[in-house]
Amino acid sequence: MEAEKTQHMHEHHDHEHEMMTGHIKPEQGQQGESTEELEYRSLMKKWWLAATVSVPVILVSYPNLFPGLRELLPMGSQQLWWARLIMGILALFVVIRSGGQFFVGTWEGLKQRSANMNTLIATGVSAAWLYSLVALFWPQIFPRPEMADVYYDVTTVVTALVVLGSALEVKAKGRSSEAINKLVALQPQTANVVRDGKEVKVPLEEINIGDQIIVRPGEKVAIDGTVVSGSSAIDESMLTGESIPVEKNEGDEVFGGTLNKTGSFTFKVTKEQKDSALANIVEMVKQAQGSRIPVQKVVDQISSIFTPGVIIAAILGYIVWYDFGPQPGWVYALIVAVTTLIIACPCALGMATPMSLTTGIGKGAENGILIRSGEALQIAQKLRTIVMDKTGTITEGKPSLTDIVPLGKFTEEELLLISASVEQGSEHPLASAIVEKAKEKGLTPVKSEGFNAIPGHGVEGTVDGKMIYFGNLKLMKEKGIPLDGFNSYAASMADQGKTPMFLAINGEAGGIVAVADIVKKDSLSVIHELKSMGLEVVMITGDNERTARAIAKQVGIDQVLAEVLPQHKAENVRRLQEEGKKVAMVGDGINDAPALTQADVGIAIGTGTDVAIEASDITLISGSLEGVVRAIRVSRATMKNIYEGLFGAFIYNAIGIPIALGVLYPFTGILLSPLVAAAAMAFSSLTVVLNANRLKQLKLKFN
Amino acid sequence: MIQMNWFVTVVGLLLIGVIAWYFWGPKKGGSLAETNASGFQEAKILVKNGYNPSRIVVQSGKPVRFEFTRIETGACDGMVIFPGFEKSATLPAGEKVIVDLPPMKTGSYDFTCQMGMFRGKIIVKN
Repeated sequence: MEAEKTQHMHEHHDHEHEMMTGHIKPEQGQQGESTEELEYRSLMKKWWLAATVSVPVILVSYPNLFPGLRELLPMGSQQLWWARLIMGILALFVVIRSGGQFFVGTWEGLKQRSANMNTLIATGVSAAWLYSLVALFWPQIFPRPEMADVYYDVTTVVTALVVLGSALEVKAKGRSSEAINKLVALQPQTANVVRDGKEVKVPLEEINIGDQIIVRPGEKVAIDGTVVSGSSAIDESMLTGESIPVEKNEGDEVFGGTLNKTGSFTFKVTKEQKDSALANIVEMVKQAQGSRIPVQKVVDQISSIFTPGVIIAAILGYIVWYDFGPQPGWVYALIVAVTTLIIACPCALGMATPMSLTTGIGKGAENGILIRSGEALQIAQKLRTIVMDKTGTITEGKPSLTDIVPLGKFTEEELLLISASVEQGSEHPLASAIVEKAKEKGLTPVKSEGFNAIPGHGVEGTVDGKMIYFGNLKLMKEKGIPLDGFNSYAASMADQGKTPMFLAINGEAGGIVAVADIVKKDSLSVIHELKSMGLEVVMITGDNERTARAIAKQVGIDQVLAEVLPQHKAENVRRLQEEGKKVAMVGDGINDAPALTQADVGIAIGTGTDVAIEASDITLISGSLEGVVRAIRVSRATMKNIYEGLFGAFIYNAIGIPIALGVLYPFTGILLSPLVAAAAMAFSSLTVVLNANRLKQLKLKFN
Repeated sequence: MIQMNWFVTVVGLLLIGVIAWYFWGPKKGGSLAETNASGFQEAKILVKNGYNPSRIVVQSGKPVRFEFTRIETGACDGMVIFPGFEKSATLPAGEKVIVDLPPMKTGSYDFTCQMGMFRGKIIVKN
C-alpha cells in the first residue's frame, strides 16, 4: 500500500516536472533572464497593481480626512456604501492577483502540516477582508455604527507592502549571490583547439584531456592545463584576488577562467572541467554558503515553532481583548489579532544568518579567500593567536641572493659572474639562487672546469684559468685562505638570517656572497596589521634559533618557536590552545597539514598542495600573506553582520509582537494599526537583507 | 453578552488546541523511498512552498538519493540544506537536482530551506 502510494506520487511528480521544464526553461533561455529577475518583475507588477488600487481604497476608507471627499461621500450615506462595496471588490481582486502566492503558500504548507510566513499574511489579510464584508452587509450586528467600519485598506496596503518587500528582497538576495555567479560566468564557452594540425573553435564540453589549446592576448583560458609553448602574463585576479599578472612559461600551470594579457601560448588540457580549479572553488563556495553556523541552531529551534506560535498568540490576543478590552470588543480584538499576524516576521529571523553568510563568503571568494564553512568563519572571528610557519609563509620559501661584498680587487659584477660560473653545475638550491641572479643581471656564466662539490663545505673549480673556492668558513680555513678579519661581515650577515659564502680567487679572499630565504614583501606590514588588530603572532619553524630570530626581527614577531620538527608543530599548536586561546595556523605544505588540522582555524596559503587545502578551514589562493588579514577581516565583519541581523530580527519580533498585542494600551493608549504593522514587517526583512549587502562594501585591502 | 464572551473564549481556546495539535502534534506516515538497481533508495521530492513529500522513510544502512524538482520561482526555497550531513544544493527552478546521502543509522534527520522555514524529515528505519 505504502509503495503504491509512493509510485503514484512519482508519476505525479514526473507529470508536473514535464509541465515545468516545458514552461520555465525556454523562457529563461530566450530572454537570458535568471529566475530571480523573473520573480522580481512579477512581484513588482503585483506591487504596482496593489499600490494603485490602495490609493482609492484609502480615500474611501477615510473620506472624513479629505476635504471635498467629505462632502461627496458623507459618513453613513448611500454613496459611501456603494463606493465601499466597489472597493471591497477591487480589494478582493488585489488579494487574488497580487497576494495569490500567500494563499497558495499557505495551502501547500497546510498540506504538509506546517505554517510559514505566507500563513500569517494570508490569515491576517483574509480576516480584515471578511470583517469588512460583514461590516458592510450586516452593520446591525455591531453595537455601535462606527464599529461597522471597513478595513479594505488593510487588505490592499498590507498586500502591497509585503509584495514590495519581497520584491526588493529578491533583488537584494540576487546581489548577495552575485559573487558566485560572477565566478561561474568567468569560464569562456569555446576554445581554439588544435585538431589534426588545424585550429578549430570547439565548445567547452567537447574539450578532452590532452587537447592542445591556443590562447591569444585578451582571450580567456578555457580550462586548466600546462603551457607547452609560448609565454605570457596572465591575470589570475579572478581566482587569487591578486591584481598583478603572473608570468607563465613552458611547463607552468594555467587555470580556466583567467585572462591572458600579453603573449600567445599553447597549453595542454590536464583536467576535466568539473575538476578544474574554478569548478572546485565554485563548489566550495556554494557548500560554504549553504553551511550552518552553530548560532543558527538556536534560530532553527525558534523558527520551527514561530509561525504557529504567532497564530496562537493572535487568537489569545483576540480572546483577551474581546473579554477584557474596551468596547467595541469585536473591533479591538480584530485589530489586535490582525496586527499581530502581520507584524510577526519569521523571515527576518530566518534570513539573517544565511544572507550574511552568503555575502561574506562570496566577498571572501572575490578576494581569493576560500572559507570552507560557516563554522570556520565563526571561529576565525574569535581568534586570539596566529601561528605562522616561517618557510614559504613568512618567507618566499626559496633562497635568493641578497648581498655581494667585494673584499679584494674584484667588483661585485665580477664576483657574481665567477660564483655563478662555478656553481652552474651544482644542484644545490643555494647555487640556483646565484645563477638566477646572474641571469637576471644579464650575465652569462662561463664554462668552469674541474668542478667538484665538497659536501658540507662548498665547491671548487677553475673559471677563466682562475682557481676558485666557493663555500663556508670551514672551506676557507681548510684551504688556508687569509680572511684578515673579514669574518665579522659574515657573522653579521648570519645574524640577519643569511647564509654567507666566501669566494676565494687564486688563493685570495675575493668576496662574500650571501644567500637567504628572504621575507615576502608584505610580511612586515601584514604582521604589523595583525598585531594592531589585537592578535598575537607566533612564528614556528624547523630552522635554527639564530636564523629564526633574525627573520622574526625583520617582520616584527616577538614570539618564536624554533627548531620544531614538522611532526611537533601540531603539538605546539595544541599547547597554545591549552592556554585557552583560539589559535589559527597559517602554513603551506604537506608538513603543516597536522598543525593545520589541530588549529582551531587552519589557513592554507598559496596555490599550495591539495593536501594542505584539504586540511584547512580557510584557503588563501594567492600566495600573499595579506590574505590572512583579509580572511580575519571578512570573518569578523560577517559575524558582526550576522549578529546585527539576528539581534535586529529578535528585537523586532520581541518588541513588535507584544506591541501589536496591545501591551502598551493600558498604559499609553497606543495600539498599532495593521498598516503600520505591514510597513514594519516589510521593512524589517528588507533591513536584514540590506544589512547583509553592506558587507559587499567591505574594504579588505589595507595597503 | 456574557454568554458571547464564553463562546468566544471557548471557541478560541479550542482553535488554539487544534492549531497546536495540527502543527506540532505527532506526525505519522511518510512516503517510502524505493530501492533502485544501483542500490540507492530513491525518492523524488517536489519543492513548492515546502517539500512534497516532506517525510521520507528510508531503510538504515543503504545510501539514499533524492531528486528535487523546484516548481516555483519564489526566492525562499532556492536552496536545500541537510544540516546533519554538511550538504547543501541549490535548486534552480524547473530543474531536477540530485542529492546523494550516505547510508544512515536509524533515527531522523532534517532537511530545510536556507532560512529553516520549510522543513522535511528523513525517517530511518531498520
